Amino acid sequence: MAKLNLEALRKLREENKQALEIRDTENKTIQIIIGMGTSGIAAGAKQTLKAFTDLLRERNLTQVSLRQAGSIGLDHAEPVVEVRMPGMPDIIYGKVDPKVAEQIIEQHIIGKELLNEHVFDRPARDIVQD
Amino acid sequence: MHYELCDFLMDIFQNAVESGAGQIELRLDQEEDCLDCCVADNGKGMAEEVIRQAMNPFYSDGQKHPGRSLGLGLPFLVQLLDSTGGEFSLDSTPGVGTTVRFRFNLANIDTPPMGDLVFTMVQMMSFPGDHEFVLHRSNSTRGVAYRVSRRELHEALGGMDDPEALGLAEAFFKSQEEIDG
Repeated sequence: MAKLNLEALRKLREENKQALEIRDTENKTIQIIIGMGTSGIAAGAKQTLKAFTDLLRERNLTQVSLRQAGSIGLDHAEPVVEVRMPGMPDIIYGKVDPKVAEQIIEQHIIGKELLNEHVFDRPARDIVQD
Repeated sequence: MHYELCDFLMDIFQNAVESGAGQIELRLDQEEDCLDCCVADNGKGMAEEVIRQAMNPFYSDGQKHPGRSLGLGLPFLVQLLDSTGGEFSLDSTPGVGTTVRFRFNLANIDTPPMGDLVFTMVQMMSFPGDHEFVLHRSNSTRGVAYRVSRRELHEALGGMDDPEALGLAEAFFKSQEEIDG
């Protein structure tokens, strides 16, 4: 494989951007936030982030915002993932391994249905910043 | 407890981000049987007393989560290095910054597996914040040596908070590491 430089990356991104803007404007408002504190890392949050990255690309949901955060404060439920999107309540999911990540994409993001057994309500009280 | 070397790296890297640093440098120099790491930031730094506390697994400053015990990142790392013939040093000056150097002994049977280094680098580059982060990476056994700046990478990709950008960044690091795929 030839080495990619920053210029090649820029070109690839531009090409994809044009194709995207035609196809995929509504997904821009979907946010997935993954807790990446010490306990999250230890519970495998990195694999969860990678699963979301790969699966969203496979499904052409490339406009979804994927962000890392520090600890959300639900250490017993790590890896913890918050999903925000129009038409759905803001939900915190717990124990999200790569398999559950796939369910979240299929059921929550595409199907607009909650995964009841993984709902963990809201961040711990001392984390919430109003 | 962390399972992979990359988990430890990510943990220590986040300390640098959370120190309020504007500039973070990470060196990852790999040879046949060791991985030398150095994380340097120009963040708020720590006084000697605070360093002692940071190394104590039974202490947490309670700043982030009042009433909860956290702060195991450094103790976990030191415990691992102690038990696998690694090395560790930490220099910090309040108001100047912190430099953490550690060496994983890859030849020791108890040293955990490396994990997904490429994706860990993608993760570090995409970690939220407005700091500059420069990665210097070398692997002498594979003849790999390169430098990446977070600012330049973000500028080339037009942001790094969507799956496509993360995927392109992953392809970029794979090509730098000369990994096919």
